[in-house]
Amino acid sequence: MKDIAVTEPLLRVEGLSKSYGRRIGCENVGFDLWPGEVMGIVGESGSGKTTLLNCLAGHLAPDTGRVLFDTDAGMVDTVTMSEPARRMLGRTDWAFVHQHAQDGLRMNVSAGGNVGERLMAVGARHYRDIREKAVDWLDRVEIAEDRMDDRPTAFSGGMRQRLQIARNLVTGPRLVFMDEPTGGLDVSVQARLLDLLRGLVREMGLSAIIVTHDLAVVRLLADRLMVMKSGQVVETGLTDQVLDDPQHGYTQLLVSSVLQV
Amino acid sequence: MRDELSRSGKGQAMEEYNFAYLDEQTKRMIRRALLKGMAVPGYQVPFASREMPMPYGWGTGGVQVSAAVMVPEDCFKVIDQGADDTTNAVSIRRFFERTAGVAVTERTGEATVIQTRHRIPEQPLEEGQILVYQVPIPEPLRFLEPSEVETRKMHALEEYGLMHVKLYEDIARHGEISTSYAYPVKVEGRYVMDPSPIPKFDNPKLRMAAIQLFGAGREQRIYALPPWCEVVSLDFEDYPFQASRADHDCDLCGAEGSYLDEVITDDAGGRMFVCSDTDFCAGRRDAGHLGRLGATEDVA
Repeated sequence: MKDIAVTEPLLRVEGLSKSYGRRIGCENVGFDLWPGEVMGIVGESGSGKTTLLNCLAGHLAPDTGRVLFDTDAGMVDTVTMSEPARRMLGRTDWAFVHQHAQDGLRMNVSAGGNVGERLMAVGARHYRDIREKAVDWLDRVEIAEDRMDDRPTAFSGGMRQRLQIARNLVTGPRLVFMDEPTGGLDVSVQARLLDLLRGLVREMGLSAIIVTHDLAVVRLLADRLMVMKSGQVVETGLTDQVLDDPQHGYTQLLVSSVLQV
Repeated sequence: MRDELSRSGKGQAMEEYNFAYLDEQTKRMIRRALLKGMAVPGYQVPFASREMPMPYGWGTGGVQVSAAVMVPEDCFKVIDQGADDTTNAVSIRRFFERTAGVAVTERTGEATVIQTRHRIPEQPLEEGQILVYQVPIPEPLRFLEPSEVETRKMHALEEYGLMHVKLYEDIARHGEISTSYAYPVKVEGRYVMDPSPIPKFDNPKLRMAAIQLFGAGREQRIYALPPWCEVVSLDFEDYPFQASRADHDCDLCGAEGSYLDEVITDDAGGRMFVCSDTDFCAGRRDAGHLGRLGATEDVA
């Protein structure tokens, strides 16, 4: 593992709220995320998980609250940061994995081009270097080199999702936001993807925030868990602690409703 | 025919229209956009494009820009893919002959305003001349990013990585940068610009003494390059930009360095290469240069 004497969190969220008119998206959310830590956000549909994630990643402007990120210049509030700086962060230190791979990929650009885009966006101008990096990353997400010039439209759902992950991780981000990364994939593909993600996260020492309604995903990936209901955080704690000994009534319901095979 | 046409038509404007067809308020609006375009080279200035008496795609943008910069003393030339004698060039030339009564010419050196579709004349332009381009799609990022809101933001924030994705795709698929026209350029180290669908052979000429104005009528955008403005064609370090042309000499005038059109001459595989710039080619033949088929063609 990296530096042990960490004194500052990577991400600090304070009093974050977002409402859609009179409906509450999420309300008064606050937490710290430490370097190398993976946090899961679980809850039923409509509980505000995705709203929260979009506010954190700068896709939505929150109504109140601060999202402090550890940059070179210390902890900076990304909500009030200038748009160019925030977009720069979005393609360097941050990464966003969408639930549907087609939202995060350019479907009319080859797999290699998709991976290369982030490199070119931060100034890479040497074709062979870009291509070598793309090959390396496609290999790491188990996409064969001879498929790199094919478009994502020719890929299966699982491959697309893996391609999206490669595209996001190629610039070596420090924080990855994932919105239901395994949603819509069949169970065996899910298992492989989770395995891959777990390997990459541990290997690169990434911090991640994973939104999901699938408790198996957080059990495998997340160190810490946040349970949301109706826009409120109802329970937080270590993953095993929350899942094995749920305190809040809603968490108990959530855990008990998982089908045991 | 060249000589008949030269410096003719002066003072025969139609009385029914304002000088150069457009009303003065419209011309003022276009000139404002042109000035802004000149002040911020490569930036696409929106303007209220007017309905012109010709279909979109025939040069409505170019015609409006020409009308806005034209004065009665001007000498006007129109080229379409280098040629002075195609339908499009002839009708636009006649349009201004009738509505503005300006002199028209086919000679590049004599013209003060040259409206062009998809070519830069071979003869270097000089200070005092204006080159007006007809632009179909002014947004270089359009084919990769369909959202106008997003492309404007990308221009504003100088996020041009996507332009290289297009060139990357070219190399990945064809082994080289196969974009051969409308080749994207960066202007003064700031804005990425579509130089209209000129062949990339013409790209190095974009840095020139004349003023270059670009008008896109349907898309309602104007942009400009002031004289000697820095224009760099985008490329990769290991795949540098190359201006390409057909590897032949002109079959009519024997020119070695001009941009060529390939002309099919029969249905048995016969073909010839001729300068796409008809004025340049005729000028060379007048000066006594002769290509492979030059003598026979003159008879025909």
